[in-house]
Amino acid sequence: MLGQLIVSGLAVGACYSLLALAMVIIYKTSDVLNFAQGEMAMISTYVAFTLMESHHVPFQWAVILTFLFAILLGASFEFVFLRQAKEPTVLGLIIITLGFEMILMGFAGWKWGPDQRSLDFPVSNIETYNLFGLVMSKINFWTIVISLVLMFILFLFFRYTKVGVAMRATQQNQLAARVMGIRTKWILSFTWAISSMVGAVAGMLIAALGVLDPTMMMDPLLKSFASAVLGGMTSLPGTAVGGAMLGIIENLFGGYVSLAFKSVVAFAVIVLMLCIKPSGLLAKHYVKKV
Amino acid sequence: MLKVKNIETLYGLIMAIRGVSLEVQEGQIAAILGANGAGKTTILKTIMGLLEDQPDKGTIEFLGKRIDGKDAEEIVHLGISYVPEGREVFPELSVDENLRMGAYTRRDKKGIKEDYDRVISHFPVLSERKNQWAGTLSGGEQQMLAIGRALMTRPKLLMMDEPSLGLSPILVKEIFGITKMINAEGTTILLVEQNAKMALKISSYAFVLENGRIVAANTPDILLQDEDVKEFYLGIRSEESVKGYQRWKKKKRWR
Repeated sequence: MLGQLIVSGLAVGACYSLLALAMVIIYKTSDVLNFAQGEMAMISTYVAFTLMESHHVPFQWAVILTFLFAILLGASFEFVFLRQAKEPTVLGLIIITLGFEMILMGFAGWKWGPDQRSLDFPVSNIETYNLFGLVMSKINFWTIVISLVLMFILFLFFRYTKVGVAMRATQQNQLAARVMGIRTKWILSFTWAISSMVGAVAGMLIAALGVLDPTMMMDPLLKSFASAVLGGMTSLPGTAVGGAMLGIIENLFGGYVSLAFKSVVAFAVIVLMLCIKPSGLLAKHYVKKV
Repeated sequence: MLKVKNIETLYGLIMAIRGVSLEVQEGQIAAILGANGAGKTTILKTIMGLLEDQPDKGTIEFLGKRIDGKDAEEIVHLGISYVPEGREVFPELSVDENLRMGAYTRRDKKGIKEDYDRVISHFPVLSERKNQWAGTLSGGEQQMLAIGRALMTRPKLLMMDEPSLGLSPILVKEIFGITKMINAEGTTILLVEQNAKMALKISSYAFVLENGRIVAANTPDILLQDEDVKEFYLGIRSEESVKGYQRWKKKKRWR
């Protein structure tokens, strides 16, 4: 029972991790919390759904086209809304993302209606794998694998590519980055594009695990926010670990204590974490010496 | 090499630079001296294109090309590099990554390698700290890193903003020594300093800036003879007045 709960919690946690990573990537570069993250992912997932359902595009092509759409959505949101803000404060920008969230949600409700649909994922959620005596549905297994691979790619990107390092540099010191000839505005759009794409992956996985409807991301978004707080808002590995932990904690609580209060645990975790260690589990932050 | 003509720079409604003209010849070390708030840093930032929509008036020419109104990114590409005041390294990137960010706009792998080795030969301490976060370096090491990073763009003109800020006298000497060496290797240098004594020692031409205007410009040996420069920038007191006490504020000739 214990092992079983951990494994299925891990699959949900992997989705939280991805969505949280998408948020943290933006938070790190611009200090903005993107509340539209969930809805951007939801719209992207609907695009994948529409492509497959109405236009009969094969799954892999639908995924690639969805990625392109997500990249465009993220970059254009930054370009069209955020960059136009005049002398923006962080709070103002956050409010803009909230507004965008509502626009997207309204749009999805109008275009696709409130019906619950299911995303046609090529991996079954009924068939199971048997791993070391634990039963695991195929979709759970592949969710974990896909998330891990994507996280590893992100790690390599930020560590070893020139653009990845430039993104970190821009986040740490914009003035110096400009002096080095880094186009900081371009970097910002790029950040939104990447984040939106990571979010789209999370959205598709969440839809595959559950259902697809315009409000499907409300809960996961708050949970992933909790994971980010748990792991440390500024640390990518911390966020990934935080997501996995939250998924497991939640599942264990649901299994052993109370199923009705399962969803509340995430918020208890936020409160507890902010009281005990506000910087999060793994965030090591360099404090500027005077 | 660099020709600045009558630039005026505004911060909102405040005019920080009130019509400054200066010229830097190729191969020179030129220095801009002045007190706090005189506008030294603003001049460099204006040249570098870091202030949006500035300069308000006037022109800046580099190697015969107008550069006023261009983005910092383009100006870096043309061959001007800027070491910001207060070092401004990337604190959570390693020393190695910091240096490589200096070469962000460049594509020539061989040239980058050469410049990397050159920087290391100037500042051997940086190779010892290669994998350390730049934020954990001491002030002097950070300054060396900032200069090294700027050199990685392979600049024709290197602008340094108060490299001596907050450093011990020995380190100041070392930094200025290296500045001279960099200049001897063929990089023109425009130096902004409060440490007038040091700056006049290594420069070949100097401008004195006050309240956004240039009030004196000459070679260092002539400026060093100037009564006002002596008193206000070098701290050499002139003789006591007839009444037997030093006037608290002497009237400057150039006002």
